[in-house]
Amino acid sequence: MAAHPTPAVNEPGAYVEKFDRFQKSAHDPSWLHAARQAAMGRFAARGFPTLQDEDWRFTSLAPLAKLPFRPVLKANLGTLASDTLSTLPFAGLQGSCLVFVDGHFAPTLSTIAASGDAIRIGSLAQVLNTSPALLEPRLSPSAPDGETPFAALNAAFFQDGAFVHLPPQHVLPEPVHAVFISAAASAGSTAHPRNLILAEAGSRMTFVETHVSLAGAGHLTNAVTELAVGDGAQVEHVKFQDQGRQAFHLATLRSTLGRDSRLRVHSIATGARLSRNNIDTRLAGPGLECLLNGLYLTRGEQLADHHMTVDHAEPRGASHEYFNGILADRSKGVFHGRILVRPGAQQTDAKQTNKNLLLSDEATVNTKPQLEIYADDVRCTHGATVGQLNAESIFYCRARGIGLETARHMLIHAFAGEIIGRILHAGVREELDRLIWQRLEQHPLVGQPHAPHP
Amino acid sequence: MNSPILEILNLSAGVGDKQILKGIDLTIRPGEVHAIMGPNGSGKSTLAAVLAGRDGYTVQGGQVRYLGRDLLEFAPEERAREGLFLAFQYPVEIPGVNSTYFLKAACNELRKHKGQPELDAMEFLELVKDKMKLLHLPEDLLKRPVNEGFSGGEKKRNEIFQMAVLEPRLAVLDETDSGLDIDALKVVANGVNKLKHAQNAQLVITHYQRLLNYIVPDFVHVLRDGRIVKSGGKELALELEEKGYDWITRPEPAAL
Ligand SMILES: Nc1ncnc2c1ncn2[C@@H]1O[C@H](COP(=O)(O)OP(=O)(O)OP(=O)(O)O)[C@@H](O)[C@H]1O
Ligand SMILES: [Mg+2]
Repeated sequence: MAAHPTPAVNEPGAYVEKFDRFQKSAHDPSWLHAARQAAMGRFAARGFPTLQDEDWRFTSLAPLAKLPFRPVLKANLGTLASDTLSTLPFAGLQGSCLVFVDGHFAPTLSTIAASGDAIRIGSLAQVLNTSPALLEPRLSPSAPDGETPFAALNAAFFQDGAFVHLPPQHVLPEPVHAVFISAAASAGSTAHPRNLILAEAGSRMTFVETHVSLAGAGHLTNAVTELAVGDGAQVEHVKFQDQGRQAFHLATLRSTLGRDSRLRVHSIATGARLSRNNIDTRLAGPGLECLLNGLYLTRGEQLADHHMTVDHAEPRGASHEYFNGILADRSKGVFHGRILVRPGAQQTDAKQTNKNLLLSDEATVNTKPQLEIYADDVRCTHGATVGQLNAESIFYCRARGIGLETARHMLIHAFAGEIIGRILHAGVREELDRLIWQRLEQHPLVGQPHAPHP
Repeated sequence: MNSPILEILNLSAGVGDKQILKGIDLTIRPGEVHAIMGPNGSGKSTLAAVLAGRDGYTVQGGQVRYLGRDLLEFAPEERAREGLFLAFQYPVEIPGVNSTYFLKAACNELRKHKGQPELDAMEFLELVKDKMKLLHLPEDLLKRPVNEGFSGGEKKRNEIFQMAVLEPRLAVLDETDSGLDIDALKVVANGVNKLKHAQNAQLVITHYQRLLNYIVPDFVHVLRDGRIVKSGGKELALELEEKGYDWITRPEPAAL
């Protein structure tokens, strides 16, 4: 392939220049200053991934590269009416709600439900101001394994995000909901949310992360969420990426799991022109269990990419991955499932399934497992399917008097329901079910017959 | 009053260019039970499929009249709403679709079609309770996805249970006896018999005479290579059981 000259805005140089200006204006503690500097160095060294990069083979960032890079260093909170909030997903959810506009905390729009004084729920920037020492070990380390260039860019530019700290044995019965709103109007506006969730030993919580857009022009959300799940802790993380059709959404969810902990991750992607979720899960203690569960609905020219790394570092860990995709029009799904079983991680039970439902002949899916197994006593299974709605099932419904369109709806809903049904928190599950149903109704091909393939 | 429910006139049908049914004639009147027997591959399921309107089968000639109208004009769901029911030889598993939800949707489609008010969840549960008992179906089955993980026998009983709820005018039972142990067979047959009345009819497809000890047909037809080669009363089934299918030679085309 002929090498295209990269547009000037996309050269690391342009980012470095923005970064230098940003750093001059920031009043960071010196450790953070250094950490940002190092992270920017990593991004500059790697630049934008291209299709030649094995991890980005199916996801072209060319349309993003055409946008200018405009990190939103200060949010304009005044433009947002509080009744906008009531129309957003999970508006009625009990518990704390942290609202971020272009990556910045909006205290007047947020509600922090009363919690024991030991529990901290709020803005990362505030914690950085008041108790930076608490964050230093979390934010300063060098490049984590498998860091994407964009996670490095986030480490350089992040200013705020959700912060939750649950001391040992504390239980949060109601979820913490963080809403990220892209509102800035100019093309290329970029938010770098950084969330840090620390659930210490024996604690329990549900964290919901939604991403939406009010902005019409092309914009970027470049998010990183870190989840530290302590020994015996139980955490459910639900992400609903429902951004506008002009949005680019790049995100890393990095989880570290302690001994006997339970983590349930749900990644639901319905929005954005292009979305990429890197979900890196490190099973760092023995005997733990994690569920990685996801659903992507795409139509038009959308692309949804999930890039999973499950790192079994200790014995007796179980990881179960289930990802379903429903794709219409010329949209594209990408699933990459890497499972690493390190030497000594005996009795690992790793399972991975990726199922895709194509509602159009032009939709495409690239799905690829990548197993690297260095222990001998393991159970590792993977499977992927790409297909249309089952013609037999449709006929069975019709033979009972259920019309073709209703039958298709039922089956598609069921396919999505396999994923939604795994969300433990009832309120979150029901709301997501409703939202997904609504989004499916907007799918152009849900109700239309599709040539049966024998 | 006694005009036929179903009239099949010289029906030939198949898949693509392949002809499977080669001129079937059959008339079913209210209150009648007909049995179709025949060896593997003779076209029994194909006949059921054509009646129910399954995709992929083409009618190459002849007519099917149902309640006086051209059945083949109607989409499968329209046939079902008009009271045609097919109990599948291989009931389909539909993961993720709850059995109660599914059957309630079906039931309400039929009610809407008849101009009756739809049933809500409570009313529907009331309706199905007795029918579950009739088929000896454990209640938790209804809470599971349609047919998913059901045993072979449960699937077949579930078909007849659906029939009991939907109360068809014409039920076509395709090998409902296969895969059933003797007790289940009796339960299913008993269910089918209870559902029979003067205004509806049943077309029972089976290999074995065994089922016909419990569901006693008024007429037995032998299907062979896409043709009905012999028709008779219930004693024909016994004769077939004894002598096999081979004693019936295909009638010469001239004899038709
Ligand atoms: N979709 C199809 N494509 C090709 N051939 C078919 C198809 N459906 C049926 N046939 C063929 O038509 C013939 C009749 O099949 P059918 O299933 O109707 O037989 P049957 O009498 O129900 O048999 P069984 O007793 O085994 O259930 C068989 O030779 C079968 O292979
Ligand atoms: Mg058959």
